[in-house]
Amino acid sequence: MRPDLHPMDDIHAALDDAGDQLPESDVAPHTPLLEVRGLGKRYGGVVALQGISATVNSGEVTCVLGDNGAGKSTLIKILSGVVSYDQGQYFVAGKRVKFSSPRQALDRGIATVFQDLAVVPLMSIWRNFFLGSEPTRGVWPFRRLDIEHAQDVTVAELARFGLDVQDPHQPVGTLSGGERQCVAIARAVYFGARVLILDEPTASLGVKQAGMVIRHVVQARERGLGVIFITHNPRHAYPVGDRFIMLNHGAMVANVTREDIDLNDLTQLMSGGADLDELAHEVQDHPG
Amino acid sequence: MTAATMSARGTPVTPGRSPLLRALARPELGSVIGAIAIAAFFTTQTDQFATWAGVANVLDVTAALGIMAVAVALLMIGGEFDLSAGVLTASTGLVTALLVDRLGVNIWEGIAWSLLFALAVGFLNGILVTRTRVPSFIVTLGTFFALQGLNVGVTKQLTETVQVGGVDEAQGYGVAQAVFASTWTVGEGEFRVAILWWIVVAVVATLLLVRTKFGNWIFASGGAPVSARSVGVPVGRTKILLFMATAAAAWLVGTISVVRLTSVQANVGLGEEFNYIIAAVIGGCLLTGGVGSAIGASIGALIYGMTQQGIVFAQWDNDWFPLFLGGMLLAAVLINTVVVRRRAEDSPG
Repeated sequence: MRPDLHPMDDIHAALDDAGDQLPESDVAPHTPLLEVRGLGKRYGGVVALQGISATVNSGEVTCVLGDNGAGKSTLIKILSGVVSYDQGQYFVAGKRVKFSSPRQALDRGIATVFQDLAVVPLMSIWRNFFLGSEPTRGVWPFRRLDIEHAQDVTVAELARFGLDVQDPHQPVGTLSGGERQCVAIARAVYFGARVLILDEPTASLGVKQAGMVIRHVVQARERGLGVIFITHNPRHAYPVGDRFIMLNHGAMVANVTREDIDLNDLTQLMSGGADLDELAHEVQDHPG
Repeated sequence: MTAATMSARGTPVTPGRSPLLRALARPELGSVIGAIAIAAFFTTQTDQFATWAGVANVLDVTAALGIMAVAVALLMIGGEFDLSAGVLTASTGLVTALLVDRLGVNIWEGIAWSLLFALAVGFLNGILVTRTRVPSFIVTLGTFFALQGLNVGVTKQLTETVQVGGVDEAQGYGVAQAVFASTWTVGEGEFRVAILWWIVVAVVATLLLVRTKFGNWIFASGGAPVSARSVGVPVGRTKILLFMATAAAAWLVGTISVVRLTSVQANVGLGEEFNYIIAAVIGGCLLTGGVGSAIGASIGALIYGMTQQGIVFAQWDNDWFPLFLGGMLLAAVLINTVVVRRRAEDSPG
């Protein structure tokens, strides 16, 4: 198939006309937002990733599972524009892309929340929320931050994710790990992300905090985002995942939907899974 | 789904903090207390300190240091050092003086070329640090030695001495003198216009830091550069501009000095770079970046000036001054560390 006849072309127009701020209203659920075909990456002579083909749909959570060194981080880095791929194709809304910086990916609506790099700890919550996209008012040289607006939006947007912030001046470093992830996710959603890539968001968190982050994943999905949830923990992935991609030694060993695999199969495939019931319960309790 | 139902489900709520706790977390707090204590001490110990002449004297010493401390504080908040800033105050003065004395240009033309030269040095520092990722401590140590060599070498080559004079004979000196070196009298104190420059620099820097987009980027570039870059902050550009701002401050101080003294020694400014950093740290800047304020740096400079002149007024041996300085620096670093820990590491979980 020629790239110009790609089946995602028809939604491309819809995405172009879409408003910037409210992604939940502009794409019908279950339409492809992002697609990779035969994606591969070498570092020198070492194959880090090869033959990855997958589609990420709106309003769905795509879980990328795999052990350390399986190629998860290389895949995220390609999708988020940190590194470039050297094999295969990468389409965003039907258009072939090759990003050279995270800013380019961001401009196409692909936001990435890295585990430890989501926020600047010593800066206040509202400054973090608007970092890199600060609202201003007035004319240069008197152009200044619209602090009141920024604080109001921060409080309101975090409230939509269930985080009740009374003092937006508080440094983000005083928040818990789960709350920091929440700030980063809410920020990405507010700034019009269509695809949200979460890199091991639950890795360093306790069960309660992890449950909170997973709840945010569900909320982002309900707002129509395509969520890519990277984790090495199937117990965190299964309760929210619509599709599961498993990587091993840089290759894709499974690409299954939730219908193809039941809870026990995935658990057995990945081993472990004692807390699964608890998490499944947690998510069922919060249908939105 | 509404916020109310989510909160009701037990999502942690961030508590509001009392104004007192907020004040305790300010980076300037330690320096304000220190400044008051030192002022009180020398007021009781000496007769001259709390007089118009005494205040004018302290502020004269403080103004140049204050201008530089504010610029260096911004750079340190952005996560970098500049060891070349002290020597650059001499270089900029020399550029102006040499152009005026050797080529006979109008003093304003000399001052303009000098600014261009300073911005070029700042840009070079910035581009070397951001492109090579060599620590700015090393890069600017290199520029420091290079400028020091240039200052003396070029001056000797052109004048066969280590001093350039004759600035007051230049065209336009009268206006330049009014702008950069005039004084006004209050009581029996003669106040230097440099004090006004310092206040202007401190106010502009404060507004820039807390009220503008660029200020936000400065804090982020120093506090967590990788995170900042990942949300689209141009960290490299921010740092280059900060190096250029520091160089511009060195130009201002160099210009004030050359216009006031009408001549410049090729070896002035040497060692001053550490005083700028000390003033910034006493004022609450962290050596690791991301924390600090322009007001704090100004108070840090004031503490430096008050102590230096207070020792003179008290007729103590000036050799004791470095001991005080070292003690204050260590105390300030300890206080800063504690304050920052209170601010950010009290994570609830």
